Amino acid sequence: MATATKSLKKQGSDLAQSNKQLEILSNGIFKNGELPTFKAKISETNQFPLKAKKLEILQINVGYMCNQVCDHCHVDAGPDRKEIMTRETMKQCLEVIKNTGAHTLDLTGGAPEMNPDFRWFVEEAAKAGIKDFIVRSNLTIIRANKKYYDLPEFFKKHNVHVVSSMPHWTRGKTDKQRGDGVFDKSIKALQELNAVGYGMPGSDLRLDLVYNPSGAFLPGDQSAMEKDFKKALMEDFGIEFHNLFAITNLPIARFLDFLIASENYEDYMYSLVEAYNPAAVANVMCTNTISISWDGYLFDCDFNQMLELPVNSKSKHISEFNEELLEGRNIVISQHCYGCTAGAGSSCQGVVA
Amino acid sequence: MSKPYYDAADLRKFGKITEWSEELGNKFFDYYGKVFEEGALTAREKSLIALAVAHTEQCPYCIDAYTKDSLQRGVTKEEMMEAIHVGAAIKSGATLVHGVQMMNKVNKLDG
Repeated sequence: MATATKSLKKQGSDLAQSNKQLEILSNGIFKNGELPTFKAKISETNQFPLKAKKLEILQINVGYMCNQVCDHCHVDAGPDRKEIMTRETMKQCLEVIKNTGAHTLDLTGGAPEMNPDFRWFVEEAAKAGIKDFIVRSNLTIIRANKKYYDLPEFFKKHNVHVVSSMPHWTRGKTDKQRGDGVFDKSIKALQELNAVGYGMPGSDLRLDLVYNPSGAFLPGDQSAMEKDFKKALMEDFGIEFHNLFAITNLPIARFLDFLIASENYEDYMYSLVEAYNPAAVANVMCTNTISISWDGYLFDCDFNQMLELPVNSKSKHISEFNEELLEGRNIVISQHCYGCTAGAGSSCQGVVA
Repeated sequence: MSKPYYDAADLRKFGKITEWSEELGNKFFDYYGKVFEEGALTAREKSLIALAVAHTEQCPYCIDAYTKDSLQRGVTKEEMMEAIHVGAAIKSGATLVHGVQMMNKVNKLDG
């Protein structure tokens, strides 16, 4: 595993097309009635249509380019992806950031740091004084090139909340999913973040880790995993961090490709449906989030962005962003949504139920 | 074409055993669920014990279930294999310790 060096898009794979992915998710076991569709399932508890509540989180995807080609990336990100947010679109985002009622700004990618206007955008966005300003950093970017070495200091200067992926506390499992050498670079990056104060007990410089399973299985209990991660990273490398978010892999893009190629697709969908938790539906992240794509379009979540399922609202682009119109909109759903309602639920901030 | 005796997909139907004996089935599943909750042992430790027993019992369903459960709890493949060796050691030890009974019998019968 982790042998891919090109995105599905670059490989010309069918699964790079969102309509092909949606077709797979709607056919087979969901068409022949073996498993209920997500719509049917949430209808059982009168939760259809799923409606957006007050906006709390503005998640901006500043581009799909990444220095890594991880096995299970739902973005199908990689060095060959050229979709990058322009400064013009960033300016439109800044207008929204200044006026939004959302308390959290969440920058993601790809590797957001690879956008040439990333630092300018962070500096400008930080001025808006939003309560929680997250950058999702893959850690290895900090060690990828000299020009990124000062990122820990840069994040600190702008009081950025760093959220980083870490699939396991062992080298073998991490490199299997994310590529050779990723574990050692990630450890070094975490130590550098610790050195400037990130993740230390009592520190306001927040450093959280994201765990997502390395294969066709669901994440275990978040708090138990956090305990194991903390113990191992402290004992082996003296690393501190604040919280661990356990995130379920959604059956889209490269993870869907892996599920199908390894003949795990049906079993995985069964696991998701069996673990369905109606309590998680109430707090699922699309109900308080807007995801903005590199070209300024609005989506219910980053997954819908990748499936090219736009928001069901008249306000469709950052240039015509209207928080009042977006509130109460019907969330666009398909079978991938089971990924966010399994067990204790899953969101970019970890469990929800 | 003959069907294999075990079908991996049958594991999904395990819950159906309650349909033919509801009270006993439900009591079993309540007990089962309680056993695997976090207690004096962590759920992770219990998963590894279950994985080792699944092998000594040679239950293919249990092997599938607790391999997956172990992975979900962050257990590494090295830990899983060591757990199976514990089961195998007890299983072979249990065979070999009966060698003493054989020796006792030989000594009694044949001096």
